Amino acid sequence: MKILVCISNVPDTTSKINFTDGDTKFDTNGVQFVINPNDEFGLTRAMWFKEKQGATVHIATVGEATVEPTMRKALAIGADEGIRINAVPTDGFFVAQQLAEVVKNGGYDLVIAGRESIDYNGGMVPGIMATLLDMNFVNTCISLEVDGDTATAMREIDGGKEKISTSLPLVIGGQKGLVEETDLRIPNMRGIMMARQKKLNVVEPIDATKATTDLKFDKPAPKGTVKLASSVDELVTMLKDEAKVI
Amino acid sequence: MAVLVYTESENGKFKKNAFEVASYASEVAKQLSTTVTAVAVNAGDNESLGTYGISKVLNVSDDKLKPFNAKAFANLIAEAAQKEEAQVIIVSSSADTKFLAPILAAKLSAGYVPNVVAAPESTDPFTVKRTAFSNKGFAHTQITTENKVIGVSNNAFGVVENPTSAAVESFAPSLEDADFTVKSVEVDKVVGKATIADADIVVSAGRGLKGPENWTMIEELADVLGAATACSKPVSDLGWRPHGEHVGQTGKPVASNLYIAIGISGAIQHLAGVSSSKTKVVINTDPEAPFFKAADYGIVGDAFEVVPQLIEKLKEIKAQNA
Repeated sequence: MKILVCISNVPDTTSKINFTDGDTKFDTNGVQFVINPNDEFGLTRAMWFKEKQGATVHIATVGEATVEPTMRKALAIGADEGIRINAVPTDGFFVAQQLAEVVKNGGYDLVIAGRESIDYNGGMVPGIMATLLDMNFVNTCISLEVDGDTATAMREIDGGKEKISTSLPLVIGGQKGLVEETDLRIPNMRGIMMARQKKLNVVEPIDATKATTDLKFDKPAPKGTVKLASSVDELVTMLKDEAKVI
Repeated sequence: MAVLVYTESENGKFKKNAFEVASYASEVAKQLSTTVTAVAVNAGDNESLGTYGISKVLNVSDDKLKPFNAKAFANLIAEAAQKEEAQVIIVSSSADTKFLAPILAAKLSAGYVPNVVAAPESTDPFTVKRTAFSNKGFAHTQITTENKVIGVSNNAFGVVENPTSAAVESFAPSLEDADFTVKSVEVDKVVGKATIADADIVVSAGRGLKGPENWTMIEELADVLGAATACSKPVSDLGWRPHGEHVGQTGKPVASNLYIAIGISGAIQHLAGVSSSKTKVVINTDPEAPFFKAADYGIVGDAFEVVPQLIEKLKEIKAQNA
């Protein structure tokens, strides 16, 4: 089985979010970039397929050279090879088209992407990619088993979960649950050294449609001071008469 | 050229978000000086959509569409859009809709903007405000394609009555076997309980509860309020509660009217997940807990003392109003 894991390079979850250039760009100053958490669960599940079922695992990222440290980390975790599409990922439709091209040229059986990146939260790349490639697609995937050409997945739905049966080739939008958080891997020294030798191919983007443009950004208005109640009675009165929420 | 809206239903009844997206679509149609057509699948009482400004309902009745199938639903909505010559399609932010929307966008070569929190800022060019950076910011996004798919964030726009008369028309989309290669085998869903996605009130608890055995009082409080239950990340990591209840940046976002956080200190990732909630209430023993800085109301106290009192008080109010 040949697996492609799509990796997004995102600000660490603890990052403070600021904007620059007249609030038209995300301010990367002092921000540490990491593998998108939803992708990391997918990468770890891919490692399981590699170790238990003999799969080959490639990673792909749309980004400029600055994303390579994040890609090297994914290679250090155990991916075999990397593909960097040399473009700025400003739009989900554009990114999906670039990744679809990689899938088409690479002949992958299974494509694992995170259900969304934690920066722009588009949540569209895996679904658009699957549709462009006419591959089966399961979103918000929380478990995945593959037996030959048959795949059994669990997806999270509102208020529960749904068991899905489908076949390869398959694209999934994965998330926490694909593996437990405790099973996520921290690259060891051997992995880091080996990652330096692994192939990281750089390809130029194809001509693709850009569907959206983020014109500007802003932050939520600052919060007022919390009103503290001295008793449960007072709290209930505040919620009932002032906030009118109960 | 109408605006098209997909109005979601469950067991033959429209979901609450159906009326919210209908209201939103009605506002978009007003800005574009056109009408709204809704697509409803296996739903009853289609005329009720008229209350929210829908003038036409394309009613699909097909057992093959029970249960939900993302590709088939996306294809039928795309077909409806072509039939109505609709270039703007409005959908919700439910798990099912977020599954189908990218497929729909790809089918129509449409720009898709999810998590939209307000009526369009402009329709020419088409610009909307959406959440980004896991609710730590907003983006003002312009859609540059002819077709557009807008995903409305839960509870962001609200339900707005705008009575009109909804004409119901049968619609039989041309579905193919290839639409059903992803098959639902089994659905495991809590029935009759509010879900985090569409609950007005969410009661959430953290490690301050000390163990899963103490969730009985959280569930009782949620029952009294008609709320959904949720939890912090450490609680789901410890296996005290299912992953589906984990609220935060790598879990679920919450956009309820009232979010009650009990024994949750308020890590930055958790606060990002709840920042779209309108009123936030914190119950915590530690007055320095970061959540107090993000909350509207709070009480410094032990959950094991405060929550039972709160349940009793709310029961009293409920009995008085019965």
